[in-house]
Amino acid sequence: MSFEIIAQAIVSGLMTGLIYALIAAGLSLIFGLMNIVNFAHGEHLMVSMFASFWLWALLGLDPVFSIPITILLMALCGVLTHYFLIRFILKAKMLIQICATFGLSIFIRALAQFLWTPDFRNVDQPLLEGRIEIANVFIGQPQFFASLVCLAAFVMLYLFVTRTETGLALQATAQDREAAEILGIPSNKMFAIGWGIGLGCVGVAGGMMTNYFFIFTDVGVNFALFAFVAVALGGFGSIIGCLYAGIIIGLVESLGGLLIDPSFKLLYVFAIYLLVVIYKPQGLFGRY
Amino acid sequence: METVLDHARQEPVWNTNKKVIVALVALTLGLIVFPLFGPSPFYLHLMILIFMYAVMSQSWNVIAGLSGQISLGHGAFFGIGAYTSSVLYVQYGITPWLGILLGMVFAALVAIAIGIPMLRLSGHYFAIATLLIGISFQVVFQRWEMVGAASGLWIPLTEESSWLALQFHDSKAPYYYIFLAFFAVTYLLVWRLSNSKIGFRLRAVRDDYQAASSLGIDVSRYKIIAYVISAIIMAPMGSLFAQYILIVDPDRMFNLEISILVLLMTVLGGIGNIWGPLVGVAILIPISEYTRIYLGGTGGAVDLIFYGLILMLICVFRPAGLISFLPKHLLEREKHR
Amino acid sequence: MSILSVENLGKSFGGIRANHDISFDISPGEILGIIGPNGAGKSTLFDLITGYTRADTGKVIFDGNDITRMRPDRISNLGIGRTFQKLKPFADLTLLENVMIGSFARENNIKDARDKALEIIDFVDLIEKRHHFARELSTGQRKRLELARAMATEPKLLLMDEVTGGVDQKTIPGLVALIQKMKASGVTIATIEHNINIIMEVSDHILALDQGQRIAFGRPRDIQNNEKVIDAYLGTVDVA
Repeated sequence: MSFEIIAQAIVSGLMTGLIYALIAAGLSLIFGLMNIVNFAHGEHLMVSMFASFWLWALLGLDPVFSIPITILLMALCGVLTHYFLIRFILKAKMLIQICATFGLSIFIRALAQFLWTPDFRNVDQPLLEGRIEIANVFIGQPQFFASLVCLAAFVMLYLFVTRTETGLALQATAQDREAAEILGIPSNKMFAIGWGIGLGCVGVAGGMMTNYFFIFTDVGVNFALFAFVAVALGGFGSIIGCLYAGIIIGLVESLGGLLIDPSFKLLYVFAIYLLVVIYKPQGLFGRY
Repeated sequence: METVLDHARQEPVWNTNKKVIVALVALTLGLIVFPLFGPSPFYLHLMILIFMYAVMSQSWNVIAGLSGQISLGHGAFFGIGAYTSSVLYVQYGITPWLGILLGMVFAALVAIAIGIPMLRLSGHYFAIATLLIGISFQVVFQRWEMVGAASGLWIPLTEESSWLALQFHDSKAPYYYIFLAFFAVTYLLVWRLSNSKIGFRLRAVRDDYQAASSLGIDVSRYKIIAYVISAIIMAPMGSLFAQYILIVDPDRMFNLEISILVLLMTVLGGIGNIWGPLVGVAILIPISEYTRIYLGGTGGAVDLIFYGLILMLICVFRPAGLISFLPKHLLEREKHR
Repeated sequence: MSILSVENLGKSFGGIRANHDISFDISPGEILGIIGPNGAGKSTLFDLITGYTRADTGKVIFDGNDITRMRPDRISNLGIGRTFQKLKPFADLTLLENVMIGSFARENNIKDARDKALEIIDFVDLIEKRHHFARELSTGQRKRLELARAMATEPKLLLMDEVTGGVDQKTIPGLVALIQKMKASGVTIATIEHNINIIMEVSDHILALDQGQRIAFGRPRDIQNNEKVIDAYLGTVDVA
């Protein structure tokens, strides 16, 4: 096996890893804020890809240009999710919370299948196409830009949460809902913002992936699983942990696929999850 | 003079509401004689599905309702049961009855292997792990050549109906009685379990694990016990279903819809209540089978839209499930006297 | 011979010393009162003894066993019962079922567990409420529930965390009488209390903590006159 092939796998692992990191960050933000795991996260990703796809198919907007619209749509979707579902189950048992978001995931996926059939779709001749070659390593342009945009979005998310007033208010609510309320931070509004931002992250990732990935109703399943693992790996609620965890998962996936068998990618990631849970259950990295 | 304490001591330890007991006995007798009236194969099939899903949902109710841990990939144990008995029969000629037992053993081993690392931690870790398990098993069996990979295995037909080979070609009635037996035994045993030391301690773990451990309960051990019992209940249904349709393949046996359905039916009926799963199954299975007949095959998508919707509505408006609409005194030990 | 001996116990959370170098002994059959201002480390001390928090330093010896860093359930099985400051009843179960879960620590049969639970519920004067769900009970009743549940495990030592805190004035005498009744039944007790009058009334010895450290230990009369205690605690709180 040549050095180039391994380098190729590492580069592509890094690139997908950055995308996983952003998707996981959205999940982690919501979890850290209200202790609820969004089991519909993958379906939200699928919706964002379809949004981007239809903007292209119906309006002729290239996915790159429609990114702001996709983000806004997804943020709106997040706020609506909070408004119509999550706010009713804030005080419910964890059992009921899991069932509710799981129900949402079933609902969204089946509805998408009903509306759009399970067919595979893709964007023809997007603006970002082709690949560049650096030292015998090929880098797909759309993948490269997608990972760059996701990294940039990740950095912005991190700065937002740690440096802005709203971000600090989010953190305060995450740490102690009641105390934050006393300080005049309305938790319900914070939760809605958290859902908006969390799914906004998914909008960025989904919009960029539309450039090169097949769009179909089950597309979110694996991404969501990897995001769940990334959140556990990075430490539940930690955002910066998602970055490292996403990259680790991206690398394990692509190197495992190269060295062993690509059809068992899920199992390698599952194996990491098991190892982390057994040896370092608090996650590899701390909170925020 | 009789004190309140003396009076309390004479109260029955569990529900002895005569109406409930009479109703249960009548129901059992009714189910036993039902095939004698010569119902059409469709009704027998419907009842078989109801028994099967009632057991499967009860299995989920044990882990989720009794111990409070959510399993999102419970179909894995169904598939393990189905494949164990079928592979043993197809490749080694071992009777499915033994296969059922071994399927239970395998399911228990898998539950232990997953439960030991995952159930020490908060429920989210376990829920995510179970989601991964559900999908991993499907992926592995789709590519595992020895068990027929994606196309699965056909169970060879015996020339005549045979109890040893667990195949009946002339009538569905024997299948009906086998599923009925498993259903009755499962519900009886789970009822015994929930009224035992283990059942009480599991409910303690579910309601407050810290308080539970202050009372000498090894929390992770009890969660694992619940998971293993749950897996053992689930596996035989896979084996029996394989014998019923005489084929095993990954898409049917490790279908993610199984995991969704057992969860949905239990939550719909009433999670944590022994009769909850039965209520959910008795409502959903006939609706789903009738719509299949009258509306034709919808490809599952429409069903799932409603399943998802129902699940969310129940979680928001009636987390205790439909059974909570029934008068309380029928369901619990007599209270508030 | 002491039933519990705590030696140089210490625990820090992120640089803050919640407990530092705490030592004391409890003799069988007595009531030890633990006092100190908010944040003095009283509840942390209970969590360290019962295994809910892992000690950084020091040792806890109970009844001849080293129980430092042991799991809570094993400590309970050795014979230490406890209640929680922030109450933790099994909300969806009845009072009787709550206490039965306690009695299952020593019983295997459901009837035996039930009968024992009934006796203890009668002992804490809640027998009329036995079939009420825990969530339907008042705060004072839930405190009794926790006491009954812990008593049902037949502990040799019972740790009570603010049994009289947060309940209305009328129910306090009943709870005090209950504590004395429990002592009379032979259980050794350590109790955290904010109410100075109660602690002086029931305790045989008093341990005073401030900022995670032991500042005094002795008979109630000595503690009352101890200057450190007056400075740290009595001085800052209005003594009714």
